[in-house]
Amino acid sequence: MTHLDTSRRRFMVGSAATLGGLSIGFHIPGGEAAAQTAGTPEINAWVVVKPDDTVVIRIARIDMGQGTVTGLAQLVAEELECDWAKVTTEYPTPGQNLARNRVWGNFQTAGSQGIRQSQDYVRKGGAAARMMLVEAAAKQWNVPAAECRVAKGVITHAASGRSTTYGKVADAAGKLEAPKEIPLKDPKTWTIAGKPMPRLDTADKVDGRKIFGADLVLPGMLNAAIKACPVFGGKLKGFDAAAVSGKPGIRKVVAVGDNAVAVIADTWWQAKTALDAVKIDWDNGPNADMSSEKTAAMLREGLEAKEAFVGNQAGDADAAIAAAAKKIEAVYSVPHQHHATMEPMNATARWATALDRVEVWCPTQNGESALATAAAASGLQPQQCEVYRIDLGGGFGRRATSHDYVRHAVLIAKEVPGTPVKLIWSREEDMLHGWYHPVTMCKLTGALDAQGNVTALKMRISGQSILAGVNPNALQNGRDPIAFQGLNPGGTEGRLGYAIPNLMIDHAMRNPAVPPGFWRGVNNNQNAIYLECFVDEMAHAAGQDALEFRRKMLGGSPKHLAVLNAVAEKGGWGKPAPAGVFRGLAQHMGYGSYVAACAEISVDAAGKLKVHRIVAATDCGHAVNPQQIAAQIEGSFVYGLSAALMQEITIKDGKVEQENFDSYPCMLLEDMPAVESIVMPSGDFWGGVGEPTIFVAAPAVLNAIFAATGKRIRDLPLNKHDLRKA
Amino acid sequence: MARLTINGKTHDVNVDPDTPLLWVIREQVGLTGTKYGCGVAQCGACTVHVDGEPMRSCSLPVSAVTPEQKITTIEGLSPDASHPLQKAWIAMDVPQCGYCQSGQLMVASALLAKTPKPTDDQIAEAMLNICRCGTYNRIKAGIKMAAGITG
Ligand code: FES
Ligand code: FES
Repeated sequence: MTHLDTSRRRFMVGSAATLGGLSIGFHIPGGEAAAQTAGTPEINAWVVVKPDDTVVIRIARIDMGQGTVTGLAQLVAEELECDWAKVTTEYPTPGQNLARNRVWGNFQTAGSQGIRQSQDYVRKGGAAARMMLVEAAAKQWNVPAAECRVAKGVITHAASGRSTTYGKVADAAGKLEAPKEIPLKDPKTWTIAGKPMPRLDTADKVDGRKIFGADLVLPGMLNAAIKACPVFGGKLKGFDAAAVSGKPGIRKVVAVGDNAVAVIADTWWQAKTALDAVKIDWDNGPNADMSSEKTAAMLREGLEAKEAFVGNQAGDADAAIAAAAKKIEAVYSVPHQHHATMEPMNATARWATALDRVEVWCPTQNGESALATAAAASGLQPQQCEVYRIDLGGGFGRRATSHDYVRHAVLIAKEVPGTPVKLIWSREEDMLHGWYHPVTMCKLTGALDAQGNVTALKMRISGQSILAGVNPNALQNGRDPIAFQGLNPGGTEGRLGYAIPNLMIDHAMRNPAVPPGFWRGVNNNQNAIYLECFVDEMAHAAGQDALEFRRKMLGGSPKHLAVLNAVAEKGGWGKPAPAGVFRGLAQHMGYGSYVAACAEISVDAAGKLKVHRIVAATDCGHAVNPQQIAAQIEGSFVYGLSAALMQEITIKDGKVEQENFDSYPCMLLEDMPAVESIVMPSGDFWGGVGEPTIFVAAPAVLNAIFAATGKRIRDLPLNKHDLRKA
Repeated sequence: MARLTINGKTHDVNVDPDTPLLWVIREQVGLTGTKYGCGVAQCGACTVHVDGEPMRSCSLPVSAVTPEQKITTIEGLSPDASHPLQKAWIAMDVPQCGYCQSGQLMVASALLAKTPKPTDDQIAEAMLNICRCGTYNRIKAGIKMAAGITG
């Protein structure tokens, strides 16, 4: 178990001492790690106990608002048996992880995996530290460790009446061998994990103290603004900076790579306004005539194409459809969407004057990728680079998909060696250079027998592959396995719950030249819309209740069924709704968790939609912090419904048409329904919570809209449609 | 040259008169609690009070503010995070990422200053700031808690 390898511990102390940036970094984010624990030896990679009993828990994943830092600290503290009131956290750097043979494992915080994929080793980290602390005390007292008890960081030996604290024995504990056998607690006995603990990071967020990447100020720092060719794939031909050179505060106007221009100035506002005055000549390249209409035509062709990658197949769907008593067909589509993190992309970089070292401060969902990007952009070895991670002002997958903003910062800062440069993308730049939710269409064909049972389903997805765009090495013989999220025949990640005897789900990959990205919920989002709305269509065609219709197909999927039943019951399904209010259901499994929603909506005479209430259920196996899970459920509705109701990225002349929130609106407080969350962990697996509720947000509301208006909304966003009664 | 009164202190800043108040607050004065989200008066992340009125500082040139006008930023909302809204925000764990929350708090505090017991409709009418993390229900609950509204 390398992560508890104590022989590597000394590396930490050594590397911390040599990290040049940390000498100035003690008071800034990213430097905090070394500041908090500098000079205090660790018990192991995860735990440092200071002489005053403060417990510093190291967190490999990152917080972008989803509460992962608090949740992971709860898991470590639970096993550590420390005093929760004395817990603080810190982020080790990617450079330290590299130097220590990845002692902290994976830094990636995406795919709702922050907790579920590290819970085992972080809990073991906490438990091992506790065992070492107890052993250190027992050795001091010369008693068997088994006779010692520990609670809230106080170790006692009842027989001799002695007690001590973690802080007093931490030094000795850190010198002990790590235990080999590390038993973990039964989650049923948890007292810190599993409880609705307040977040550890709230106080700084209410008085302006919290420093985001965009807020960072380093001594002597300059600021930069950037413009890349607005047409995807276009290049920089040249620029004329005569209008701005020599103006107050303007230091340099520079080409960045082969497709962007940046201004370096004393302040960001100077840089941004100067950049607007620079005349830039673009070579728009091969995509200059790309448009959303052309993409749609490409996708429509894919709906009928002979060749496609198969995701889930059973029986003979074509034969069963040919023999059906009733055949239903529909085509759905979901457009590109933008992440629109509240904090625009930004990074600060500083080259050493000898150009042999680069440091980067940035919000990132994957510090290791940010480090790799810094190395690639600088041409240095990863060991010559360092990344200090800063909490994100929103991530949603954007800051996991690409570190283009880090590459920019590194290239720009090279122009002024020794001087840190903070690059902030303007909102417009952020909108134009996203990594967008993939665009897809789906043709569904269902077959019913005379009793209204589903005998066959065909689901042809046509459209963009995220992996083909960002990580082609992950394709399997050209096939994108994650295109089928939530529709898989088996597995623990996202299994299709419905038992349908004849099935064909396939994907005709069609990739327009718009960069696709992992967008909170990823392919589950459209897959759940397509399937759950179409299941509603089939239920309607069969003349059956939408809940009963689903139940019949979920007999072999008790966890899918349980969340659906839970929302139906609490949502009052089958009981009269308030006058003018209509309900819709959806269920889905993704990122290891089972989710369902029951939405209540009304549509007024003018066609205005109001979402009144959503009951949402999540079975995520183990619930580490139920109040944070409730927050993620609410946030997921906002993210998913904003997209379904009002968000669309369209392309004209090879360029994104929406440049700010005026043309890319978001749900506001007034649009927010009451949300009732049911967190129902069934205890025998670990699922994610940051994304899953998004899957059911849109289909539950769309199904309710059909109930209210008789209109099936099959292409999103909803605001393209007139909901007035025909 | 502009003279500004921010959180009770006078600041003389040397900037182009067109510079938005937001960037003067962030870059010249060095108070970074006020955030940049859109720059075009759409998101509210940059909200400050000018004589008690919530203003989107990204769209307010510094030349439009007089030295006599009292500017309050999130850092000046209370000396020690003791404003009832700040206390409620902590008690209810309102923030997720936190990036929008300075602006949310400045709008909410201006609302409560004028309307100590707002109705749900009044809250919805006032709170037009974007939160991409989706903290709206807790924001609403936090305002009610601070206002002493139960239920
Ligand atoms: S930054 Fe001012 S409203 Fe968005
Ligand atoms: S808390 Fe993240 S944008 Fe509001």
